[in-house]
Amino acid sequence: MNNSQLLKGTKKERELKELAFLSILYLCVTVAIVTLMTLIYDVVSTGYNRLLSDYELGLINKVTIDNPKDFLTSLDSRDPLKAGIGPAFAGTIWLMIIVIAATFPLGAGAAIYLQEFAPKNKLTRFIELNLTNLAGVPSVIYGLMGLAVFVRLAGFGRSVLSGGLTLTLLILPVVIVASREALKAVPDTIRQGALALGSTRFQAIFRQVVPSAIPGMVTGMVLGLSRAIGETAPLIFMGALTYVNYYPVTPLSGFTAIPIQVYNWVGYPQTEWKNTSSAGIMLLLGLLLSMNALALIIRNRFEKDW
Amino acid sequence: MDTKSITKNELQYVFTVKDVSISYDDFIAVKNVSMDMFKNNITAFIGPSGCGKSTLIRSFNRMNDLIPSASVQGEIKYQGINLYDDDVDPVQVRRRIGMVFQKPNPFPKSIKENITFGLKVNNMTDNLDDRIEKALTQAALWDEVKNNLDKNALDLSGGQQQRLCIARTIAVEPDTILMDEPCSALDPVATKKIEDLMQSLVQDFSILIVTHNMQQASRVSDYCAFFTTKATEDGRRTGELVEYSDTKSMFTNPSEILTEEYISGRFG
Repeated sequence: MNNSQLLKGTKKERELKELAFLSILYLCVTVAIVTLMTLIYDVVSTGYNRLLSDYELGLINKVTIDNPKDFLTSLDSRDPLKAGIGPAFAGTIWLMIIVIAATFPLGAGAAIYLQEFAPKNKLTRFIELNLTNLAGVPSVIYGLMGLAVFVRLAGFGRSVLSGGLTLTLLILPVVIVASREALKAVPDTIRQGALALGSTRFQAIFRQVVPSAIPGMVTGMVLGLSRAIGETAPLIFMGALTYVNYYPVTPLSGFTAIPIQVYNWVGYPQTEWKNTSSAGIMLLLGLLLSMNALALIIRNRFEKDW
Repeated sequence: MDTKSITKNELQYVFTVKDVSISYDDFIAVKNVSMDMFKNNITAFIGPSGCGKSTLIRSFNRMNDLIPSASVQGEIKYQGINLYDDDVDPVQVRRRIGMVFQKPNPFPKSIKENITFGLKVNNMTDNLDDRIEKALTQAALWDEVKNNLDKNALDLSGGQQQRLCIARTIAVEPDTILMDEPCSALDPVATKKIEDLMQSLVQDFSILIVTHNMQQASRVSDYCAFFTTKATEDGRRTGELVEYSDTKSMFTNPSEILTEEYISGRFG
């Protein structure tokens, strides 16, 4: 061993190199956070007075409106200061309910079959591979498929049901993959323990393995759902882009959703629309963040240390 | 099943094993084992890693069925019934022949639910509370947990978890218990408790235990089977039964040189 290698460079030089490298990393983090913060600040500062129906503050504090209306519940209007997000908000809630109702049984069922029952053969591997690929298909493609299958073929028309089912297809691959991971995380010793007590394979899986995996499966569901409600492109084909100014009352009603409503508002020329659309963005952001928080809480609360 | 063919001789044995070889695909894990295990006795399987003792014990309650590549040749008779006959239901086999695993594997539920699961799947739901108390008492755990049966089983210590696993196994009233290195994840104090427990359980059950620990085998077992591995032509290792006798004579006067070398610590 050559001792001169040990004595290479001074302490100061080494520290300087380390510092330079760390600074680059800090810079990267700062750029990401500052961008996000600027966006949020911009949206909140222009939107909060509209969202809270507080016309004494902010950009439009000099404006007086006769008969002010609640942003969350009132209908869309040609007047930016009176336009509310009610129908779009209701449309998004409808979509969420349909997506949950359709995704949970389909996603959990497919995951349980693939993870616990499917034979380990080429067909299964082919299906698995394609599931992963499906998760990466652009959402507009799902929209076209929804148009062909649900709107035309199934005859659901341009309705909230067609929209919800299309979004279900969109998030199913993600939900199935996440649910399978949750099932895979249940140790084999649990299956063996249940079988060794004289339970059948079905009893072992549905009474021990699946209940242990439910928190993980629900987390995957919630994350998939939060992706679904932020989607715009597939809903364009469901008639959601047209001027919809009524509440959906049945699954076959026409509808619009928050992201599409915001997209419409942003296109109008008057400056006051900016406040209105920012308020819509705040609502959507709030929904998304609270769902992601819910997923985190479920995961931390029920996480098991095997 | 022709029950008349069961001889009186077979009834004093819990398992009669004849020319059994177990393989995974084309790899033979253990070869040509023939031995008879006595009822209401503790039989220990000892030997170095990879000698097939765990593979063998898992074939006694058809847990090997879970591994698609595993296959069993030869004859394993349980009280005169060939366990691998077509008309034998593996679920019923496992209900009669319980198993305790290497690592304690309680269900992530309450202590109570750990016991009741087996009872429920076997339709033994009458007098649930009595059955729970009886099983936990037999497993020497009742006094430690009787006041919080709703506590999550994963919050128990390792030794308590293993005794809970024994309790839920005996709750379904099997007549044989297979133990696959039940103490290898436990400290000496917890190990002592399990060993004492085995001595009291053997009154009611036949017990088969796989262990790495020769002292344990000499302490607890009545009969002892020593396995070792032999290299085959293609360089893989196959397990074989070297010697099977009562524990006392195996540890004081082994008839095979390999056994003597192993139990005196010269190899393995």
